[in-house]
Amino acid sequence: MNKWRDNKAWFLVLPVFVIVAFSAIIPLMTVVNYSVQDIFGPGQRYFVGVEWFRDVLLDERLHDALFKQLAFSFMVLLTEIPLGIAIALMMPKKGWTASACLVILALPLLIPWNVIGTIWIIFTRPDIGLFGAIVNNAGIAFDHTASPVDAWITLMLMEIWHWTPLVALLAYAGLRAIPEAYYQAAKIDGASSWAVFRYIQLPKMRGVLTIALLLRFMDSFLIYAEPFVLTGGGPGNTTTFLSIYLVKIAVGQFDLGPAAAFSLIYFLIILLFCWLFYQALQAVGTGDKA
Amino acid sequence: MRLKKRHLGLIAYLIILFLPIYWMLNMSFRTNADIMRSFSLIPTHPTLINYMKIFTDPSWYSGYINSIIYVTINTVISLTTALPAAYAFSRYQFIGDKHIFFWLLTNRMAPPAVFLLPFFQLYSTFNLIDTHIAVALSHCLFNVPLAVWILEGFMSGVPKEIDETAFIDGYSFPRFFIRVFIPLIRAGIGVTAFFCFMFSWVELLLARTLTTTAAKPIAATMTRTVSATGLDWGLLAAAGILTIVPGALVIWFVRNHLAKGFALGRV
Amino acid sequence: MARIELNEIKHSYLPNPSDEQDFALKRIHTVWEDGGAYALLGPSGCGKTTMLNIISGLLKPSHGSILYDGTDVSAMQPEQRNIAQVFQFPVLYDTMTVYDNLAFPLRNRGVDKQSIRERVREIAEALDLTQDLNKRAANLSADAKQKISLGRGLVRSDVAAILFDEPLTVIDPHLKWDLRRKLKEIHTKFNLTMIYVTHDQVEAMTFADKIVVMYEGEIVQMGTPQELFENPEHTFVGYFIGSPGMNFLDCTLDGYIARVGSIDVPLLPSMTNRCTGQSLKLGIRPMYVGLHDGPVEHGIEGAVLGVEDQGFCKIVTATFNGSEIKARVNENGAVPEGKCWISLPPDKIKLYCDERLVRQGDSQ
Repeated sequence: MNKWRDNKAWFLVLPVFVIVAFSAIIPLMTVVNYSVQDIFGPGQRYFVGVEWFRDVLLDERLHDALFKQLAFSFMVLLTEIPLGIAIALMMPKKGWTASACLVILALPLLIPWNVIGTIWIIFTRPDIGLFGAIVNNAGIAFDHTASPVDAWITLMLMEIWHWTPLVALLAYAGLRAIPEAYYQAAKIDGASSWAVFRYIQLPKMRGVLTIALLLRFMDSFLIYAEPFVLTGGGPGNTTTFLSIYLVKIAVGQFDLGPAAAFSLIYFLIILLFCWLFYQALQAVGTGDKA
Repeated sequence: MRLKKRHLGLIAYLIILFLPIYWMLNMSFRTNADIMRSFSLIPTHPTLINYMKIFTDPSWYSGYINSIIYVTINTVISLTTALPAAYAFSRYQFIGDKHIFFWLLTNRMAPPAVFLLPFFQLYSTFNLIDTHIAVALSHCLFNVPLAVWILEGFMSGVPKEIDETAFIDGYSFPRFFIRVFIPLIRAGIGVTAFFCFMFSWVELLLARTLTTTAAKPIAATMTRTVSATGLDWGLLAAAGILTIVPGALVIWFVRNHLAKGFALGRV
Repeated sequence: MARIELNEIKHSYLPNPSDEQDFALKRIHTVWEDGGAYALLGPSGCGKTTMLNIISGLLKPSHGSILYDGTDVSAMQPEQRNIAQVFQFPVLYDTMTVYDNLAFPLRNRGVDKQSIRERVREIAEALDLTQDLNKRAANLSADAKQKISLGRGLVRSDVAAILFDEPLTVIDPHLKWDLRRKLKEIHTKFNLTMIYVTHDQVEAMTFADKIVVMYEGEIVQMGTPQELFENPEHTFVGYFIGSPGMNFLDCTLDGYIARVGSIDVPLLPSMTNRCTGQSLKLGIRPMYVGLHDGPVEHGIEGAVLGVEDQGFCKIVTATFNGSEIKARVNENGAVPEGKCWISLPPDKIKLYCDERLVRQGDSQ
């Protein structure tokens, strides 16, 4: 659409700008402030320049947390995206069955994140949980509090269970936007279902899929509550992801300086990925030309 | 309705999806002693004792009320500020428009953990700790950009010609917006309200940090009981189920708008 | 090449239709001759797309049958029917090149590579697309894309009929003429049955040898543009064809005198008492309405309301005794000011009983 040029439009944007600035810029300035100071107590602070940044960047435990975080996000995406698409393809197009599916699908998304953790603690316990009981009865000793592998598996299951519906819902929206004429033409052309998927559905979904990829990567990258409730970062440090590590430093150890520096670096990493994905989104387009 | 292969796959998935929730439901109707003693798929001696405790104990039910209050405040603020802004992004070109839009999106991507301490200090300064408005405002950080993003998408689906016609017909901007424009994007507002509600309701970290007692959300009350040994699983399960109920109700009521929003091809 | 017969087709989108209103198609019983170029003309919602989808097989009619060259294909799927359909907006596989788009239907049918190459090149040449063969289909202009859609239909050598559903809707006006001409070329070259759905009478007239006019789920007339213009069999055809459309005046019949309000309009004697239906209308095309500035025999006194200058002619709206009528005057002709006399030659007046034409020599 040809937009009107008018800088007075800023007035319409002003409320949003003020709120977000209040919520974002001011706190960020505080963080920047702390990141370059060493704070011993109220009123006792010394400017230390980039010392914290250097410390943080060299911190091995940070590298560890980052590595775990990347591995986690990567594995999660690899499962959630194809699964979400598959589900969207199976969902009915309209009628009460479609509404029913949407409702059930949306349920996990509306559960407070700590309750998700609680649900899975209960569910995987061998004594009181369905999953735990089944697995243990099958002879596999499964304990996410003791074994890092089990902890990872539980976390992955929980995360996939929790967020695949979002991918499915987005993919479903993309599918519904495809005009019927494309399917009709494909029928006339004698195309197989696979050809329809590959040449019509997947290309037309690329807009929503990029959004889904972006959202899921970001959210999995800053995940906190669910793993914290489930494993607390353990056993040991094996499931300590970036946010958990950050909160440990900031709140647990109350090292404001390093925490602030870490925060900035964390944020910058996310901004970088955000920008990359955004560019990709623009390049790929929304799939509804032609 | 013929049961095709793919329907089976879908039904299987939906059952698996519901299973953990069902399990919580199961536990919520049993006493803790019953749970620890025997393992069963359905509650053999169902009881409402857990729910009764929650409904009668202020430290529990106030949590729900608090959550509902700040989520509603947040949704209202997010919607009212986002509507004019989304309109501006949809209809106008102005200095810095693309950059502002991008900056807004980056806030959606901000890790709440980063804002933990600054928020705490900021709201302390204004004496807003432990108030509903504090949590509502803090959630605006990610909800307002999301609202602007979704609404802009829906608004762009309405041709500008409609605005122009209304202005020629003599509508003032506020009157046009309320009487003409908003009814056209009803589905979009529904979808936005849904997402704002959702993301605010489920967020734990900020909500817990910014409150102590008066405005403490239910999620925080639950975590308080998790740390000790000798947990009351039944109680915990009931509390959990009750956190799902408002969400389930919201989806149920907006399900037709959601389906319509999806059919329009815009999320 | 196919002769398409529609036998007693009725269609309702509802599972249990109860009355006439529930049917999108009320009764279609007609033949589309092999190799003909037909236009299916009618307003939005009259059932044209429903009919087209029944012919192509995308829709199975709730009643009736459809035959291709005498074989009943009512239950056959579209890909088995040897038809092609071009939609309102270009429908392409936008990740593929133009060549791959055109080759797609052939590859799905297992045709060998060499034959595919020859056929695609042949069609591309016929459609002036040869230079674009290696480009990605998504990047071309709207009219090129529609040509590709058409090409995908033509590329199958067994294709019998091509169906067009308002294909020029998204094409720029100055390119519409080119594309229409190209369609006519293709028709002549390949000698296929072509059915072209449109709500634009100019498009219909330029494309088709025979026009089928549809109104409210029925075919009201099938004929050449000339026949439709001269002898509209339904008031809708009279109204829709021609610019402006036919004038219609409610009237009653007394012998062979039509009475419009209090004015007598003599008709031809053969029209005496020809109508026993509910409503009676008198129809006359604007070009046959005479406009005079002085009294004439059997002239009706009236007043000129307004004049539209269309360049090559003028359309005059006049009124008499409460009724309005439009007359067409040559660009150099004089238009009476204010008062005027209107003459309606009896041999050019058509009578419509319950919206249907009363024919000369028919008994009622």
